[in-house]
Amino acid sequence: MNIRKAFGEARLMLVGLVVVIWTAIPIYHLFVMSITPQAEAFAGAVWPKSPTLDNYKTVLTQGHYFLGHFWTQLFNSALVAVAVALLTLTVGTCASFAISRLKVRFGETVSNMALLTYLIPAAFLAIPMYTTMGQYGLLGSRWSLILTMVTFASPYAIWMLRQYADKLPYELDEAARIDGASPIQIFWLIYLPLMMPSMVAIGTYALLLAWNEYLYAFLLLSSDTEITLSVALGHFLSTDDAPWNLLMATGIIYALPPAAIYYAFRRYMVAGLTAGAVKS
Amino acid sequence: MVSLAQDVAPSHRSGRMSAEATWGLIMLIPYIAIFLTFVLYPVGYGLYLGTEVKAYQRIFDDPIFIRTLVNTVIFLGLGVNIKMFLALLLSGFFVHERRWIRWVSFIFILPWAIPSIPTILSFRWMLNAEWGMVNSLIFQFTMQDGPGWLLDRVYGLGSIVTIHIWKYLPFWTLILVAARLTISKDLYESADVDGASGLQKFLYITFPGVRNMYITSTLLSTIWTLGDFNSIYLLTGGGPADSTQVLATLGIRYAFGMSEIRAGVATVIVALPFMIPITILMLKRLRGEAQ
Repeated sequence: MNIRKAFGEARLMLVGLVVVIWTAIPIYHLFVMSITPQAEAFAGAVWPKSPTLDNYKTVLTQGHYFLGHFWTQLFNSALVAVAVALLTLTVGTCASFAISRLKVRFGETVSNMALLTYLIPAAFLAIPMYTTMGQYGLLGSRWSLILTMVTFASPYAIWMLRQYADKLPYELDEAARIDGASPIQIFWLIYLPLMMPSMVAIGTYALLLAWNEYLYAFLLLSSDTEITLSVALGHFLSTDDAPWNLLMATGIIYALPPAAIYYAFRRYMVAGLTAGAVKS
Repeated sequence: MVSLAQDVAPSHRSGRMSAEATWGLIMLIPYIAIFLTFVLYPVGYGLYLGTEVKAYQRIFDDPIFIRTLVNTVIFLGLGVNIKMFLALLLSGFFVHERRWIRWVSFIFILPWAIPSIPTILSFRWMLNAEWGMVNSLIFQFTMQDGPGWLLDRVYGLGSIVTIHIWKYLPFWTLILVAARLTISKDLYESADVDGASGLQKFLYITFPGVRNMYITSTLLSTIWTLGDFNSIYLLTGGGPADSTQVLATLGIRYAFGMSEIRAGVATVIVALPFMIPITILMLKRLRGEAQ
């Protein structure tokens, strides 16, 4: 029996090892390239002969043609991500409160509209979104990206927050009403505090979605000082002799904040995602 | 529970009905405004752009388009099903309660949490036929040149499917772990008493328990994979010679690479007869299950 147990444990570890290697390969390669000096960038080595942090230095000091606006672009990424998170939370909490707690008329219709939007593949809306942003005169402005990402994040936000809101005991609102609380007071003093954990999950989700976005950022933004870092990374592909080691160093810097944020709020995220993304 | 509250509540609050109804509508306005300006209008405008018959003639006359349809079917068929099946198997690994498995799951989730562009570009450089790490290792061990991974349709599509799975496997595994955790442990214990094998337990307990979630996830993943632009565009750019395009990337190429907006919209609309039934099915499933 003990041998069988040990065998089972060994099998688990084998699976774990395969999973870790599989996951780590592209990330390891990303890291290796980022510490590879320019002279060795074309060697395809598993580990560079003379690893260096110079690439990072070049990136942080904006010391290359492709990186001339690195800090502005990093700031743009952060600005867009934070704005999308805040707007999505505002839209999502208001709508879920109206639908779930106030049982507003047409609430179900709005909920279904949101759900339908959630089911549109984002890339399929790219062309009409681009033309309409042009008609609204927003093309090239960071607002176009912010509003687009709020559009894609809020259906999930409404859907998820609603699931949580429906679980809160209705008697809480009833009691507050009897004490003469207005809908706004119920929203601020009862609803928001109780919804805090799921709001953290949704805020993180929207933040990551916006920070990581590439397609819409590259379609909607164009000038070097308006684009996000993801678009700047894409620009490296425009030449054949791109400095891939610098690209990878920038990529690592770009990937660190979402990884850190994910780990910081992981507890909320996992519970939120698995409870609401696909409800079984 | 919810419907009960709904039935009972109105009688208590008839006096405040108007204030609540007003606030309710005001609080819905932000989303309704977003929906009208950034979903309904663009979708409507897109459908209007897609009414030109000439655009469909143009794309169906294009040999690239037909190949793109085939690629899309291959990408969806392999990408979605391999990914979901692996997720189902791996969820069985992650349900084990071990400290070190928690650490593995920390690493495993990274591809999903971090942006696509650095990791996919890393993968792209790794697969570079002349300078990439993969072929340099192949050369070291076999003294032969490796294949041009991204310079060939079959290898290219294979690499695309691989990076797609790499990126999205963690998310779906997480979902299926949650589904597995809802299955009662008693079932497994009594199966053990009856001497059931691992395969029997999987077939008669695990799979029936997660089947609904598995189907829902597969449908949802099908729709989203149809919209996966990054895995193709950032890895092969649809090349070589447009041989690895899918609908999502070809639409963008028509519209922005060749300034043929209507052909681009038509490319996307061609997928609607396939998408709409799935969407209706999904709406029913998601709504039914929420209540």
